[in-house]
Amino acid sequence: MSKTSFTLETPKELVRPPLVDHNRSISWVTDKVSDIVESPTPKWWLIALCFTVPVALMGLVCIIYQISNGVGVWGENHPNGWAWDITNFVFWIGIGHAGTLISAVLFLTRQKWRTSINRAAEAMTLFAVVCAGIFPAIHVGRVWYAWFLAPIPNTNAIWPNFRSPLLWDVFAVSTYFSVSVLFWFVGLIPDLATLRDRAKSRFGQIVYGALALGWRGGNRQWRHYEMAYLLLAGLSTPLVLSVHSIVSFDFATSVMPGWHTTIFPPYFVAGAIFGGFAMVLTIMLPASRIFPQLNDMITRSHVDKMAKIILLTGSIVGYAYLMELFVAWYGANKFEGFTFFTARAAFNGKGWYQWAYWIMMFCNVISPQIFWFQKMRTNYIVVFIVCQFVNVGMWFERFTIIVTSLAQDFLPSSWGHYSPSTTEILTFIGTFGIFLTLFLLFMRFLPMIAISEVKGVTPEADPHHHHPKH
Amino acid sequence: MSQPRKVYGLGAEFDSAASLMAAAEKIRDTGFAHWDVHTPFPIHGMDKAMGLGKSKLSAAVFVGGLMGLLTGVLLVTIPSFVLYPIIVHGKPYNWATAPAFFPIIFELTVLFSAFTAVGTMFAMNQLPRLNHPVFNWDRFKRFTDDGFLMVIEARDAKFSESRTKALLEEIGGKNVTLIHD
Repeated sequence: MSKTSFTLETPKELVRPPLVDHNRSISWVTDKVSDIVESPTPKWWLIALCFTVPVALMGLVCIIYQISNGVGVWGENHPNGWAWDITNFVFWIGIGHAGTLISAVLFLTRQKWRTSINRAAEAMTLFAVVCAGIFPAIHVGRVWYAWFLAPIPNTNAIWPNFRSPLLWDVFAVSTYFSVSVLFWFVGLIPDLATLRDRAKSRFGQIVYGALALGWRGGNRQWRHYEMAYLLLAGLSTPLVLSVHSIVSFDFATSVMPGWHTTIFPPYFVAGAIFGGFAMVLTIMLPASRIFPQLNDMITRSHVDKMAKIILLTGSIVGYAYLMELFVAWYGANKFEGFTFFTARAAFNGKGWYQWAYWIMMFCNVISPQIFWFQKMRTNYIVVFIVCQFVNVGMWFERFTIIVTSLAQDFLPSSWGHYSPSTTEILTFIGTFGIFLTLFLLFMRFLPMIAISEVKGVTPEADPHHHHPKH
Repeated sequence: MSQPRKVYGLGAEFDSAASLMAAAEKIRDTGFAHWDVHTPFPIHGMDKAMGLGKSKLSAAVFVGGLMGLLTGVLLVTIPSFVLYPIIVHGKPYNWATAPAFFPIIFELTVLFSAFTAVGTMFAMNQLPRLNHPVFNWDRFKRFTDDGFLMVIEARDAKFSESRTKALLEEIGGKNVTLIHD
């Protein structure tokens, strides 16, 4: 390919627009990204922390209250053994998947535009998984027995059931978190070295210096580094698909009407990417307003592309919703038919949570269709509003799946209403505080954009480019 | 700060990725063995320009993955069939239920591979190593910004302070500096 490019002139319409606008030099990239970390603490950041930290603390208080009093402080009761807890778990873990998709899948498919957003998206993954992990951990009740889940020889000679999807979940989520941390940290090393070399204070030099591990950027290092990065991307890709497939197995391997379907794994994965991209944009759009100096790196074209992915995955999710309805009708199973056509997709009030189903339908399937229009995809306000619909819709998707199936299952005599308790609601709100606090800390102390990767996609980085802008 | 002692090597700066790559090709052809280029980002084609082959890291990761696979298989089968067979809801618990073990085996394979990838990469790159002679060169810091640097080590058989310096300057190196240990 490179051989022929000497003789063939690329046609004008095929020339790709540069990924960094205004033909910026690579030292411009260093300056703009490092500047966020190095400049004095901005006021908005402190004000934002004043909101998020109390919310996070409120969440922690609720968690402590729940642990010390038992799961009874939540609204869960027979037959709704699962409700907001697992809804929140699936909601947060799904959000995390967009970060891995951007960092791993788009890396493998050589989508170079990912470089300016992957760092923040991966950070979002980690913080979302932290929030997700809280719920399954505390919903077991006696959290001090959580070690029973670990396959370790113990004095009772009891082993976990390795055929149980709930144990698969433990392995999947913990592996996912570990691998995401590794991937994120490996990506950070060269940029930490940048901060180390720019640090003015002794403290900064020591901290960033230690974290950069003595990175020297030699090509003899880069070649192993690049191989490790490629392999981590290759490992993360099937991993992210497996994690949400396994989360869906929690439901799909049971016999509950509305859960017992084979479409769940792909449907959950598409939904996770869908909801995750909405959360990436929810964070990125305000960030691009706060840091206008980054707008040459996080461009309208990024928002446009992400909106397209939301449209695509939203449509896949819509297809899955319709296919569930079709199979419920075609399969002619009375109980499944009841779950789909009475408990969920109807307006007659016989199902207690029909409103949740229609919120989900509107937010996830109808609202993203506006992204067929390019004007809408590049309008930040429209994109932001649609993303909020998607965030809400994806939460309601999990709520619909979990609660409608459990509340009104086979026998009307075993039906039971569910409504959340205050503690439960505040715990969920608290996880947003935890998530946003962690993200604010990340924005302030670590390079928000992968500096070395963005440099690598500038024209200057091309070894055949002979006109450096020095 | 200790007194500079032995000569570690010679450092040179280049204008761009392109000129560094051209210089690397010349150094490769001259037959140097102990040298490296330090760049803000990996440069495509530099491995070839330096005469380096494919990284062997993938082989280590393959072994790590196999260990994970083996660990996973043993971890799920020994307790389930030998130590503590669990019968749930009267469902079968024989070898035909093996597919139910795949998720955990898969996750452990990925987990072990990922840790092997990062651990081996650190070992191959000699990380963490917080002090290194190259950091004694005051212009070395530029490599994390926009510097394209080359360092030839004194332990190389072909190294000579004066001739290597002349060579580096001839192939476009600027600020050619002696780096001390």
